[in-house]
Amino acid sequence: MPAVSKGDGMRGLAVFISDIRNCKSKEAEIKRINKELANIRSKFKGDKALDGYSKKKYVCKLLFIFLLGHDIDFGHMEAVNLLSSNKYTEKQIGYLFISVLVNSNSELIRLINNAIKNDLSSRNPTFMCLALHCIANVGSREMAEAFAGEIPRILVAGDTMDSVKQSAALCLLRLYKTSPDLVLMGEWTSRVVHLLNDQHMGVVTAAISLITCLSQKNPDEFKTCVSLAVSRLSRIVSSASTDLQDYTYYFVPAPWLSCKLLRLLQCYPPPEDGAVKGRLVECLETILNKAQEPPKSKKVQHSNAKNAILFEAISLIIHYDSEPNLLVRACNQLGQFLQHRETNLRYLALESMCTLASSEFSHEAVKTHIETVINALKTERDVSVRQRAADLLYAMCDRSNAKQIVAEMLSYLETADYSIREEMVLKVAILAEKYAVDYSWYVDTILNLIRIAGDYVSEEVWYRVIQIVINRDDVQGYAAKTVFEALQAPACHENMVKVGGYILGEFGNLIAGDPRSSPLVQFNLLHSKFHLCSVPTRALLLSAYIKFINLFPETKSTIQEVLRSDSQIRNSDVELQQRAVEYLKLSSIASTDVLATVLEEMPPFPERESSILAKLKKKKGPGAVSVNELEEGKREGGELNGGGERGGDSSAIASTPSPSADLLGLRAGPPVTAAAPSAGSLLVDVFSEAGVNDDGFLRFVCKNNGVLFENQLLQIGIKSEYRQNLGRMYLFYGNKTSVQFVTFTTTVTCPGELQSHILHIHTWNSLEPLIEGGAQVQQVINIECLTDFSDAPLLNIKFRYGGALQNLTLKLPVTINKFFQPTEMASHDFFQRWKQLSLPQQEAQKIFKANHAMDTEVLKAKLLGLGMALLENVDPNPENFVCAGVIQTKAQQVGSLLRLEPNAQAQMYRLTVRSSKDTVSKRLCELLAEQF
Amino acid sequence: MQFMLLFSRQGKLRLQKWYVPLSDKEKKKITRELVQTVLARKPKMCSFLEWRDLKIVYKRYASLYFCCAIEDQDNELITLEIIHRYVELLDKYFGSVCELDIIFNFEKAYFILDEFLLGGEAQETSKKNVLKAIEQADLLQEVSTQSVTSEHLCKCIATPQ
Repeated sequence: MPAVSKGDGMRGLAVFISDIRNCKSKEAEIKRINKELANIRSKFKGDKALDGYSKKKYVCKLLFIFLLGHDIDFGHMEAVNLLSSNKYTEKQIGYLFISVLVNSNSELIRLINNAIKNDLSSRNPTFMCLALHCIANVGSREMAEAFAGEIPRILVAGDTMDSVKQSAALCLLRLYKTSPDLVLMGEWTSRVVHLLNDQHMGVVTAAISLITCLSQKNPDEFKTCVSLAVSRLSRIVSSASTDLQDYTYYFVPAPWLSCKLLRLLQCYPPPEDGAVKGRLVECLETILNKAQEPPKSKKVQHSNAKNAILFEAISLIIHYDSEPNLLVRACNQLGQFLQHRETNLRYLALESMCTLASSEFSHEAVKTHIETVINALKTERDVSVRQRAADLLYAMCDRSNAKQIVAEMLSYLETADYSIREEMVLKVAILAEKYAVDYSWYVDTILNLIRIAGDYVSEEVWYRVIQIVINRDDVQGYAAKTVFEALQAPACHENMVKVGGYILGEFGNLIAGDPRSSPLVQFNLLHSKFHLCSVPTRALLLSAYIKFINLFPETKSTIQEVLRSDSQIRNSDVELQQRAVEYLKLSSIASTDVLATVLEEMPPFPERESSILAKLKKKKGPGAVSVNELEEGKREGGELNGGGERGGDSSAIASTPSPSADLLGLRAGPPVTAAAPSAGSLLVDVFSEAGVNDDGFLRFVCKNNGVLFENQLLQIGIKSEYRQNLGRMYLFYGNKTSVQFVTFTTTVTCPGELQSHILHIHTWNSLEPLIEGGAQVQQVINIECLTDFSDAPLLNIKFRYGGALQNLTLKLPVTINKFFQPTEMASHDFFQRWKQLSLPQQEAQKIFKANHAMDTEVLKAKLLGLGMALLENVDPNPENFVCAGVIQTKAQQVGSLLRLEPNAQAQMYRLTVRSSKDTVSKRLCELLAEQF
Repeated sequence: MQFMLLFSRQGKLRLQKWYVPLSDKEKKKITRELVQTVLARKPKMCSFLEWRDLKIVYKRYASLYFCCAIEDQDNELITLEIIHRYVELLDKYFGSVCELDIIFNFEKAYFILDEFLLGGEAQETSKKNVLKAIEQADLLQEVSTQSVTSEHLCKCIATPQ
């Protein structure tokens, strides 16, 4: 093929692209683009009608500019015009523009759909394909509504060209993915399934993607595809490498189709029909055998295509999980790949083996590769491969190899990439807990974890070790001894101090007999770390100290002195100060008996799901499978008495072993935790009432800006603007505390009907999940009013403050009157229209007591805020107010008139609203009755 | 497949094809993030990586990176060969394709892609059939010549990595 640029070479386009490429700076590029945009705009607006070629060229330039990353806000109409051109290239460019720059403008969609309809019925296969490509590229709901009925007919019609069938199949797939409710195969099902038998390999390749997707959703309706797929696969697998002509790829027959066939079979259990199953097993064996044959080509394409089929076949074998022989063969094959020189294959083998490890038939076979996998963890140069190796070690771990695997993971942690440390820590913690027979090993492991990767040890991990130590008295002495030794290190991680403080406070007496760890030595050791620690840890240590006073009366005077010192008793942190004061008092007033009761050893924790497990489950990735597994294993084994808090739950922190929580009597209300020093007691009340908070809602009927919500923690301000049927609302979230809010998320929902019909809400600029203390963040919500509505959208806010989950739901003040356009009119017009709206349901009336002073100016301001025009000199009674306005919704305009008659003597109002729609009158009346 | 991106070593986006509905803003964010991630990787690293909840499959041909995002159950190796087949198609059509061909004839690159992949799935894997479809369309057009030269992508086709 000659080195020419094909097509009709739009010279102007090439020149423009050259110009852009020659721009030396971003500014120069923008300047050149703006010049071009101005030029195109003037051509499109010019008096002279543009010929098709020019129109095409300009549309193509616009497309190029858009693809460079600039916004394009015109040219859509010209592109749509191109669709109806008879010239193929013009049509083609028009479709390309539409595919890339769809606009939800309904007027345009109708025109586009018309053009598509024409091309679909043109009987010209090239035009039909273009139209189908456009539908597949855009895939919008409007298109699904227009064409989901027509395309299946095209797909199965006897006289449809193969290329059109291919496009139709994938077009339908795309529509099915976006609007499954609109694509109904029904009567076509069996004919679609039989496309698997089509003579044309391309048709089968396209159709099978559709069939796979449909089978996933409706397996029963499509189950006849299984035997067809098996026989098709069998024909391909047994064909010689040249039989399939152009569908052979680097000596591999139809690799794409083979993979898709194997994928389709994974939607179903193994075939029940013995003959079909036999044939399939034969295919799978052939694929495994071929992997051992010498390659037919040295090209990587050959081996990739061949191995793609092999991996897909292994996935199917794992999916069936019923053929021990095939599973073991698959495992051996993957074992070979583990040492392959291609990084890609090593990566995939590790990944695939991870799933094999969970099958009872192949678990043992996977385990034989442990040394190779450990080696991969140590030597692979690519972190993504090392990650796979770590996942696989986790998956293949059982009681027999747990010690080895945990040791390897720990040593890997010392040098592990930061990106995967947290997950590694969780995995080590889980394995250590699950396979611990001897709890001293467990305690050693977790303390090592804190030593090596303290920063990545989340609260869940160190809470868990404490729970387990408390629940198992055989390990308490060992734990006390080990933390005591660990704390000897000159620099130790704060998490170690926390564990140490807690465990020595509870069980320090178990090692106090040894003069090297006498009570005073223990205390001095802990206290030497005190000043380096953060407030929550210091709070925890103070609690450990009061427990020391109970455990070892001889330390009382030393500790009281510490508590009494200015740095404690006058500490600027209120929580520390309070603890120091209260503990000091408690130690001096209470008798030994009282003290012993108050500071009694922690009772065992109730058995619950491990909080660490819950945390790992939240993480995605291949680990997830094995986590479920592990859970089951744990239930069966039940070897641990360890409890946990409700995993990931908001109140988790409150039920964790917080030192202060158990100092009964000191503080009523919910326990304050070490991690949320001053927050606890106040928080729970703040948001405790479930349900929706709509206090702020009615205050915004007549105004657009202000504070929607405020409590001790959070302030939410609103600014909003409305034009026609569109609105934009700016929400400002202010953190009133000095502590950051984490995992801050907001969601706007439209309950019930509101969602589908009435309001269209679109939130943009996703919020950062973190709000620093004292900071404010902003969120923007776009609102479109489709038709009139009565309910309000709900804003849900969730965040964690000092560990406790805050959950709040507010009504967003979006009310129908926001979409008012004021209408000025003379007295005569007003009463004429008033009379026209005389049907009983068009009027709503309410008589109500005044809630506020009946000040004329205030009333006027409120009515203006409502959005209607306040009409002067219309009502014969000057005391009365009349207003007129039109509510703009996307579907229609609703004219409304209002009359408010104050009765100053009775302190009452009569409000009458008439509008062309009954629901609007009613809603306006409800909203307004609360305002005066 | 959820999307395919072509970008240069300098991080310039040359072609983008999205098979899932996303806002322009989201598309730009994804592109920025992925271009950065992929360009930071060393030559011998594996062609696959986990990214958000997707799998990224990429390969470099001369000055261009071809990068696809596929779902969890999709096959990585066959996706690598989808990329290769697309390069072959471009190469055959333009005759020793280079980055400049794709810049100056971007619309052709899109048309060829649409014949090969539709809605993110392989529509026609036969090289002959795809090129036949494109050439039939070209027959409906006048031909003019225009020469561009730059590094040929096919160098990499000849020497497998």
